[in-house]
Amino acid sequence: MIDIERSLRAGGEDDGGQAEAAAVRLVARAGAEGLADVSYGTVDSPFGALLAATTRRGLVRLAFPEEDVDEVLERLARRVSPRIVQAPAALDAARHELDEYFNGGRRRFELTLDRALIGPFSRRVLGATSRIPYGQVLSYQEVAAKAGSPRGSRAAGNALGSNPIPIVIPCHRVLRTGGALGGYGGGLERKRWLLELEGALQRDS
Amino acid sequence: MSDGPPPFQRFLDCHRDAVWRFLVASVGRAEAEDCFQETFLSALRAYPELHDARNLRGWVLTIANRKALDAHRARARRAVPVADATTVDARSVSDTTRAEEAVWAAVRALPERQRSAVVLRYVADMPHREIAATIGCSEDAARRSLHEGLTKLREAVT
Repeated sequence: MIDIERSLRAGGEDDGGQAEAAAVRLVARAGAEGLADVSYGTVDSPFGALLAATTRRGLVRLAFPEEDVDEVLERLARRVSPRIVQAPAALDAARHELDEYFNGGRRRFELTLDRALIGPFSRRVLGATSRIPYGQVLSYQEVAAKAGSPRGSRAAGNALGSNPIPIVIPCHRVLRTGGALGGYGGGLERKRWLLELEGALQRDS
Repeated sequence: MSDGPPPFQRFLDCHRDAVWRFLVASVGRAEAEDCFQETFLSALRAYPELHDARNLRGWVLTIANRKALDAHRARARRAVPVADATTVDARSVSDTTRAEEAVWAAVRALPERQRSAVVLRYVADMPHREIAATIGCSEDAARRSLHEGLTKLREAVT
């Protein structure tokens, strides 16, 4: 009588990765049936593995390697949709354009973006930022003015600091008046690196 | 702040093993894959409207239990004997495996409520109260189904 209960409890433990494989097939089906609202995967870069997330509209989030993956995904779940799956192939276009950019071969992104994580004021600031051409820079004040808020350079700085799609929305092209680097969500080293890549700053030698 | 459900991928990663074990035990390996896909696709469809995210394991096992019942009913309509789905090659397996297969074949041959109760209790390790909620009966009825199921298994296997 104990034998039966023991066999029952031991049941299904010899499973050897079958549940994992079934889960991978499930994610593929979810994509095919249009049930995946957000797909995420990683994109290799000179900064390490970036976490990228896309909706059917376009790229919605790009996160630096040190950002907490769970936090990034939780926020997407609350603000966009909890139907979030790990589907690296959905990021192929983003991966391709970012590769070209990091190799110096791409000067503007053609990816479509989903601005779901960007509030109304930030949308104006980041919109103005997106129009700064490759290799050029503006000051926080100039960006604020273009966003229709000439005295809001601090607010513009905050909007830039919370840019959910850095690199592609080039907030690294915004500096302090006078040319000091200012701030950067991904750290100043990376801001300098990106500006050097674009030829906006001379490389230290 | 109202907490919605976690990102679906995390939910899937957390519960896929429990659902898989539950389904293999309930319907056998051959049909576990289809039931697994249907369970999580149903969960994904309903996911954004899920406001109470406190017992996701119970929620997804309830869906899995329903899919397992559907599979059993469909098989009954096709009149395929349960044992056929779990046939093992007797020459290539040990006595222990054969004995265990006999237990599982007997589980799959139980009446549906008893089978659900037994598998939820022993494979999914659910307390009686949750088994009752999953099957949709009283706690006493769940206890009775579990007891009757175990009695039948002992008769069938010894």
